[in-house]
Amino acid sequence: MSRQPKLSVHDLFKEYDGAPVLERVNIDVTEGAFCTIVGASGCGKSTFLRMLLSQEQPSRGEILLDGAPLPEEPTPDRGIVFQRYSVFPHLTVWQNLILAKEFEQAPLTGRLFGSARKKARDEIGDLLERIGLTPATDRYPAQLSGGMQQRLAIAQALVKRPKILLLDEPFGALDPGIRLDMHELLLGLWRELSMTIFMVTHDINEAFKLGTRLLVFDKVRHDPQAPEAYGATITYDLPVDKTARQKKELAETLLHDRPDSA
Amino acid sequence: MKLINRKPSRRLTIFLGLLPFAALLATYLIASDMRLAVNPSDKLLPSFQTMADTMSRMAFEPDKRNGDYLLWTDTAASLYRLFAGLAISAVLALVIGLAMGVLPVARAFFAQFTAAFSLIPPITVLPILFITLGLGEAAKIGLIIVGTTPAMIRTLAQSALDIPRELVIKAETLGASSWQITTRLYLPHILPNLVVALRLGLVPAWIFLISAEAIASTEGLGYRIFLVRRYMAMDLILPYVAWITLLAFVLDRLLLILSKRAFSWNHLEGDSL
Repeated sequence: MSRQPKLSVHDLFKEYDGAPVLERVNIDVTEGAFCTIVGASGCGKSTFLRMLLSQEQPSRGEILLDGAPLPEEPTPDRGIVFQRYSVFPHLTVWQNLILAKEFEQAPLTGRLFGSARKKARDEIGDLLERIGLTPATDRYPAQLSGGMQQRLAIAQALVKRPKILLLDEPFGALDPGIRLDMHELLLGLWRELSMTIFMVTHDINEAFKLGTRLLVFDKVRHDPQAPEAYGATITYDLPVDKTARQKKELAETLLHDRPDSA
Repeated sequence: MKLINRKPSRRLTIFLGLLPFAALLATYLIASDMRLAVNPSDKLLPSFQTMADTMSRMAFEPDKRNGDYLLWTDTAASLYRLFAGLAISAVLALVIGLAMGVLPVARAFFAQFTAAFSLIPPITVLPILFITLGLGEAAKIGLIIVGTTPAMIRTLAQSALDIPRELVIKAETLGASSWQITTRLYLPHILPNLVVALRLGLVPAWIFLISAEAIASTEGLGYRIFLVRRYMAMDLILPYVAWITLLAFVLDRLLLILSKRAFSWNHLEGDSL
């Protein structure tokens, strides 16, 4: 492939206090890919995501974004939606959504006043409509359902138009019916905004349904005497198409039926 | 139904809430009557009538020596010291606590010092304050500051540290600077805790205020009760204690109302006392 990958990871290692979590992770991701990441709990998939966000630094190896090393701290070019604590509880829905604009336009106070504030509020009208929160504009997050909160979180993460969107089990706490709605919303936004998405999930069906590429994190080496001796890496990297039923079954087997998986 | 699931009705709640007060009053009344029946000039447990007479004299009759209405001048003097001390404490705690919670560098600078400083028994500082600041208002206000600030700093720093890391990261991905994160995320999150810290700080603040007034003062609620202690004037001391308690209670409730008004988002979940 001649095109430069959007994001490439070279020989990435991550250890905590000498205990390896990830080892030898290598991957190139093209622009516009929707990568879903699955794996047993504790296999380092969230750690991987946090490194893509620069929330944590790799122990060894490098991550390149458009050919340049990642900044050492989170920046607006990478948006994030966490499972919890993703929106600001002290701000109402519309205040959450104009916050990025306030940061941009008011370096000193971080606040917009008067007509500028009203203008910012008017500008998010379409976005509110899109995520179905128009009737809840003036409510605080604690007064919203879990699904509404996550819709707000996704919308908020997209305000800065990030090239990369990172999602850490964003729908993990939601009811199945609500999840389906969220899938539609997310897929629509992804197509519209041509983002590159990385999404950690523990739901294999969700991973297959949403992703164009499925990454399975697992340990390749095992020492029964010292289960912590080796880290995980990407063991399967599957392009997902709509006839991927067999691959799905394969992945399910790999994930759930391994005798010594903790 | 299990006892843990049995909730009293509204009327029962009010009744149960008033019961201990009524029991205390009744006990006092009976004991007082019994003592006064034996010795009508007993000073230890004065009757409610005597206490009411004394208090109305303090409140509505000018003092023979200087013409002041003593209850009100005492109250004004004490509240001024209390508010001045707590206000300075609050500002110090907010600035230092916020810096400690937000900036790792500031935390490294302040953490050990405030931890050590908070272990100084404040009363032992009182002689130092009297010597250095004189016997005026500054020493009394200073004692309240010394006594309440360290704990408030630690409460606020901790509450800043308790803000989920996710929110800080999210703010960074929305393009916020350190300053903007401090003012738009940390500050609104720790202001409700400043009110909590003030409510908790009221108790030690009163203790240090009364102590300082007892030792060197010419007016104030603490000064008054320690002055009349020499004459065993329980008819004044008991109502003064009740009055101080009432003031403390009202201040606590006012702060709670302020918090619910100003930080309604923080009261949407859970019960609070």
